[in-house]
Amino acid sequence: MSVNIIKLKIDGVEVTVPEGTAILKAAKDSGIIIPTLCNLEGLTAYGGCRLCLVEVSGTPKLFPACSTPVGPNMEITTQSDKLKEYRKMAVQMLLAERTHICSVCVADDHCELQAMANQLGVDHVMFERNWSQDEIDSTHDFLVIDRNRCILCTRCIRVCDQIEGVHTLDLKLRGKDSQVIMDLDEHWGNSCSCTSCRKCAKVCPVGAIYIEGEPIEHTKKRDIAEFIVERRNRR
Amino acid sequence: MGKIGNEKKITISPITRIEGHAQVTILLNEDDSVKEALFKVVDFRGFEKFTEGRPFYEMPSITSRACGICPVSHLLASAKACDAIVGVNPPKTAILLRRLMHMGQLIQSHALNFFHLSSPDLLLGFDSDPAQRNIFGLIEKQPELAMRGIKLRKFGQEIIEKVAGRKIHSSDWILPGGAKWPLTQERADYLCANLPEALDSTQKTLEMYKKMLEGLEEEVENFGNFPSYYMGLVTPDGGLEHYDGKIRIMDKNGKVAAECVDPAKYREFIGEAVEPWSFMKFPYFKAIGYPGGAYRVGPLARLNVASHCGTPLADEELKEFKKLGKNGVVQSTFHYHYARLIELLFCIETAKKLLEDPEILSEHVTSKALVNNYEGVGVAEAPRGTLIHHYKVDPQGMITWNNMIIATEHNNIAYNMAVTQVAKKYVKAKQLQEGMLNRVEAVIRAFDPCLSCATHAVGSMPLDVKLIDANGRIVDHKVR
Repeated sequence: MSVNIIKLKIDGVEVTVPEGTAILKAAKDSGIIIPTLCNLEGLTAYGGCRLCLVEVSGTPKLFPACSTPVGPNMEITTQSDKLKEYRKMAVQMLLAERTHICSVCVADDHCELQAMANQLGVDHVMFERNWSQDEIDSTHDFLVIDRNRCILCTRCIRVCDQIEGVHTLDLKLRGKDSQVIMDLDEHWGNSCSCTSCRKCAKVCPVGAIYIEGEPIEHTKKRDIAEFIVERRNRR
Repeated sequence: MGKIGNEKKITISPITRIEGHAQVTILLNEDDSVKEALFKVVDFRGFEKFTEGRPFYEMPSITSRACGICPVSHLLASAKACDAIVGVNPPKTAILLRRLMHMGQLIQSHALNFFHLSSPDLLLGFDSDPAQRNIFGLIEKQPELAMRGIKLRKFGQEIIEKVAGRKIHSSDWILPGGAKWPLTQERADYLCANLPEALDSTQKTLEMYKKMLEGLEEEVENFGNFPSYYMGLVTPDGGLEHYDGKIRIMDKNGKVAAECVDPAKYREFIGEAVEPWSFMKFPYFKAIGYPGGAYRVGPLARLNVASHCGTPLADEELKEFKKLGKNGVVQSTFHYHYARLIELLFCIETAKKLLEDPEILSEHVTSKALVNNYEGVGVAEAPRGTLIHHYKVDPQGMITWNNMIIATEHNNIAYNMAVTQVAKKYVKAKQLQEGMLNRVEAVIRAFDPCLSCATHAVGSMPLDVKLIDANGRIVDHKVR
C-alpha cells in the first residue's frame, strides 16, 4: 500500500511527512517540540490537556497538535504570544482544579506539570483554587493513587488498556468531577483484574499514581515509559 | 501606648529578630507601673488538621515545612514517629547519619540565634541605635566575629546538605525505617576537613562570651531569672542527648521529678492548656498542674537535666556552667546564650565522633516495612527544645489524628513569666525609651522561640468574636 507524502510548513519550515501524521509527530520529526502533558508516543492520542494547541493559517480555531492530522500545504504556527498565553492558562487551570502543592508532593522535581509550569513561566495561579480533598487509595500492596494530584491526562488508563491489555483503569463522572477508577469503582486492593505491572505509575506525569517506598526518580524514569511503548510499536 | 477602659497598656509589635510573629502587651497600673506582661503569638498555621487523610510517609516532608530554621528536627521527630508506625529499627548507619544531620541542624540554628539575632544586643548594647543593632551593624563593628558566625552557620548547613542533599527542606532523603541514600567518602572528607575551623571558632566565641558575661550581671539577674521545672532528653546514663533516649523532668533544686523512659508515654507527664489571647498552647507538667507546672526546654534545660555531655571539651565547659546555679541548676534565662554555645561545642565534637565511626559510610541505610502499628510517637531535641510528633493512622497508613508539641510551646508559660519580670524591672512608662522595650524583646530572643513552628495547631482554638456596627452596637457575639 503506497503512502501519500505531503508537504506543509511548520513555523515557516517546510516539512514532508506521510499524510495522516499528527501535527505533534510531524513537528517532532522536524525537531520542533510542542509542549504536551497527556500525550505519550505509542499510546493513542487523547487531546485532553490542551497544551499542544497550535494555529493553522486560514482558520481562527486552535487545533490540538496531538490529535489533528496534517494536511497538504498547511501552515502551522506552534509558538506565538497568543499560544503561550493559552498554554499558561491551561497549566494554571490544571493547578487550580485540584490540590497541587509541589513542596510536599512525592513527585517534586520529577513532575511534568511542575516542569511545564516552570518552562512557561507560571509563577502564580490566577484562578481560585479548588483544594480538592479526595480520599487517597493505598489499598493496593504498593501502588497508590492520590486523585487530588490527578490532571486527568488518562495516560494510565490508556497504558493499562493498550499496552498491558487489561483495562483495569477507567474514568467515572464528567468534567472536573472525573475520577480515575479501578474495575467497577473498586478499591485498588480489591481489583481482580489489576496485574500490578506498575505501568500506570511509570507513565503518570505527576504524583497521582506512585509506588509506595520507591524513589520517584526511579518510578518516573522516562526511558522506561518510552521502552514500554516502543515495544508496543514494534509488536 | 494605648488605653482600654481604665487600663493602660504598651504594645511591642512585632517583636524583631525572632522567627515568626508575636507581640508583647504590657499592662500598666494607675500609677503607670507595670502590672503584667503578656506574650502573644499572632501566627496561625493548621498542620494538625490539614495533615489528616494524608499517607503517613508524607508526614516528614509536610511537617518539616512548618519551619525553615529547624526543618531537620521536624524531619527526625516525624521520621521516628513513622519508624514506630512501620515498627522497624533503622539500620545503624541510618541512625548515625540522622544524628549527624541533626548536629548540622543544631550548629546552624544555634549560630543563627547567637551571632545573627542575639549578639547585636550583647555586643553593640541594648540601648544602641536600633538601625545598627543587627547583623549588619555587627559586620561593621566586629567583622571578624560576624564572619565567624556566618561561617559556622554555613558549616552547619553544609553538614545537612552533604548528608541529605539540600541545606533546607531535604525531606527527600529521610524515610520511615531509615534514609534513602548513604554518605559518600568524598562528602565525609569535606566535612572532616572543615571541622577544625568550626571548633576553633566556637572555642574563641565561648571564651569571648565568658569574658563579656562579667559586665552583664544585671541582665543575668533580671532576664527571666526564676525557678521552674526543666525538661529534656537524656541518654540512659543521664548524659546530654538530642536524638533518642528518655525524657527527664527536673525540679528547681536539681532533683529528678519524673523520667519518661518510653517517650511515647509523654502524655502521662505533659498536659496542654489554652488561653483565649494566644494562638500558642500552654503545656505544663501534669503532676503540678497549670500554671504552676511551668517548665523550660531548650539548651539551658538540656544542660540542667544532663549530668554530663559525653565529649571532652563540652564536659569541661559544662562543669564550669553548672557552678553558676545552686545544685547545678542554672535558672536565669539569660544563660540560654551560654548553654547554646556549650551545645555548639558539643555538636562539633559529636559530628567529629560520628564521622570517625567506621560504619557511617556503610551503604545499608534502609529497613523496609509497611504499616504494622496504628500509632507512633517520635521525640527529638530540636535546637529550641523537646519536639514531639504523635500520629495515629488507619490500616492503609492514612493519618487520622496528629498531635505535635513544638519546642517553643513548652516554654510558653515561662515566656510570660520572663517578660513580666523584665518589664517590671526596666519599663518606666513615664519616660519610655526604646532600649527599655528592647530588653523585653531580648529576653524573648534568649529563649530563641520559633513561632511559625509553635502555631501549627488548629481545632479548638478559643475565639471570642464581636460584630459591632457603625453606631457601636453589638450586632452579633459568638464564643467558641
